[in-house]
Amino acid sequence: MTTLTTGVSAPSEVSSAGGLRRIGSARWRRRNLTFDKISFFLVFLIIPVAFYVAFVVSPFVQAAYFSLTDWTGFTPTMNFVGLANYGKLFTDDTFLKAMGNNILMAIVVPIVTLGLAMFFATLVTVGGSARGNIRGLRNSSFYRVISFFPYVIPAIVIGLIWSQIYDPSAGLLNGVLTRLGLEQFESFAWLGDPRTARWAVMFVIIWGLVGFYMVLFIAAIKGIPAEVFEAARIDGAGRFRTAISITVPLTRDNVQTAFIYIGILALDAFVYMAALEPGGGPDNTTLVMAQQLFTTAFTKGQFGYACAMGVVLAVITLAYAGLVFAAQLIFGGKSEVGE
Amino acid sequence: MTQISQVGAAPVPSGERVPFEPAEAGGPPGTAGDKAVTGFSHTVLIIWSILVILPLIWVLMSSFKTSSEIFASPFALPARWSFENYVNAWTTAGIGSFFLNSVIVVACALILTMLFGSMSAYVLARFDFPGNRVVYYLMLAGLTFPIFLAIVPLFFVLRGIGLLNTLPGLILTYAAFAFPFTVFFLYAFFRSLSKSIAEAAAVDGAGEWRIFFQIMLPMARPGLATVAILNFVGLWNQFLLPIALNTNPDNFVLTQAMASFASQAGYSVDFGALFAAVVITVVPVLIIYLIFQRQLQGSVSAGTNK
Repeated sequence: MTTLTTGVSAPSEVSSAGGLRRIGSARWRRRNLTFDKISFFLVFLIIPVAFYVAFVVSPFVQAAYFSLTDWTGFTPTMNFVGLANYGKLFTDDTFLKAMGNNILMAIVVPIVTLGLAMFFATLVTVGGSARGNIRGLRNSSFYRVISFFPYVIPAIVIGLIWSQIYDPSAGLLNGVLTRLGLEQFESFAWLGDPRTARWAVMFVIIWGLVGFYMVLFIAAIKGIPAEVFEAARIDGAGRFRTAISITVPLTRDNVQTAFIYIGILALDAFVYMAALEPGGGPDNTTLVMAQQLFTTAFTKGQFGYACAMGVVLAVITLAYAGLVFAAQLIFGGKSEVGE
Repeated sequence: MTQISQVGAAPVPSGERVPFEPAEAGGPPGTAGDKAVTGFSHTVLIIWSILVILPLIWVLMSSFKTSSEIFASPFALPARWSFENYVNAWTTAGIGSFFLNSVIVVACALILTMLFGSMSAYVLARFDFPGNRVVYYLMLAGLTFPIFLAIVPLFFVLRGIGLLNTLPGLILTYAAFAFPFTVFFLYAFFRSLSKSIAEAAAVDGAGEWRIFFQIMLPMARPGLATVAILNFVGLWNQFLLPIALNTNPDNFVLTQAMASFASQAGYSVDFGALFAAVVITVVPVLIIYLIFQRQLQGSVSAGTNK
């Protein structure tokens, strides 16, 4: 994060010619406060930030505190129970199963989605002729527009559409499969069979996200100077080599950001599950921590315990982001291409 | 992360600042190998496009069928094309009023968060004052932690001020959760704008309020458009906040109404109306998307290239 702030402040300090800047900050000495400035600061910063703290920051802090109590929410008193909720969590088989499901999803979904997205983005941008200028594919905007469709459909609706497609008897998927002669799928319950349920829901999430990241990566690849590609080509690099040695390393920052976004989403996944597997799926194979948290809080009323789940979810999310940054540091250095 | 200065270039839709725009014509003719690769690329991308579009077409077709037709065959066209399912979805299931609720909540929250978000971002970006960094890191924390951590205390915060299960409560919550992203994005944008114009205006005697509303805000319009589009999509699709904080069926927003309608449809088996409701939900957004797709795709790459 520090890279970000320094990266931003450096150019602006250069841009504002020294003298002007000094005049500008001098105006902000306390004795110069006028009604204009006081009201300005109050309305522009203090009120919005106070509001934000009340609605966003304070709930985060309260959750950490509640997780140490046995609060049920509807009694005025709560007893401080220390780490008892956490102890209970790590012996709670259902929650541990949900955590395992989430972790599996946080590994599979980002890799498959971003892999496909990068593959498609590469095809779109450099799928054309290999001689002369690097060329994209003709009519590629068609693919881009279509692939992006799912991004504008609410996730809950995507889930509902796919729960109909997966329907054992009237669904599109089994209809297509039986039409192709695969009779064994005539009334196969994709979402009801413990062998297929988790892959079926992961496919839906991937289906919904590939287009978004494809567009992101297309923009990133187009941001690479054409000379880099041409130099590689003159040096005799083929398409595959170019993709591995040029495209991927030079879009590393975008890939890293994408990994973090999509990983956070896979660690949540609540909305997809609410539509596809509200009950946690066969043998809880698709249960996620967020579902368990929601039920514990709003159905069972065990608010203290639910907050402990929230803290665990937050810690895992932060650990995931840390892992992505660490991976960047470890693998980033050696694939440096002349920038 | 270090590429954040690119955000300043956000106004230009990504497709237009490309160093190598695909050349559609000219150049040497492709070799046989080129043709194979091009053919392969088209095949792969067409298969994926079909995979995306086929479910949507199937939903559209099914929305005209009766429930018995839906169960009879997933492929057969409806016997007659009637809008009965749409009427049922709109009136019986009340999709119309939920649609309106969504529009109200998202529009109000968007205005609030854009107004206050741009103000705070501007102050953070332009002035050094004690606590500047603290506020900045508070924003970052709000972006990083999952909403699920906050959801239980938030329930009691809203209940405490009497706004639980009300649209104003939902509007404030939406605005608050969109706030850190708005500030974070616009902070980078305001940083990229030249300070000298604001300083010239100050020398000419303009007050801080005037400088912001008459000079800085108009200059930030491209950044504002990008954030507004991303916030709109995010808020329109929001699901967790309404189902936890807004359980009064009269106040349902579209996403939660769809979920509750689908679970009811499981019992009363009006699948035709369910498909129609899906179409009603998707089509307006899809039309807006097709009109603004260039800007939206530009926004996406600008918003995530940090």
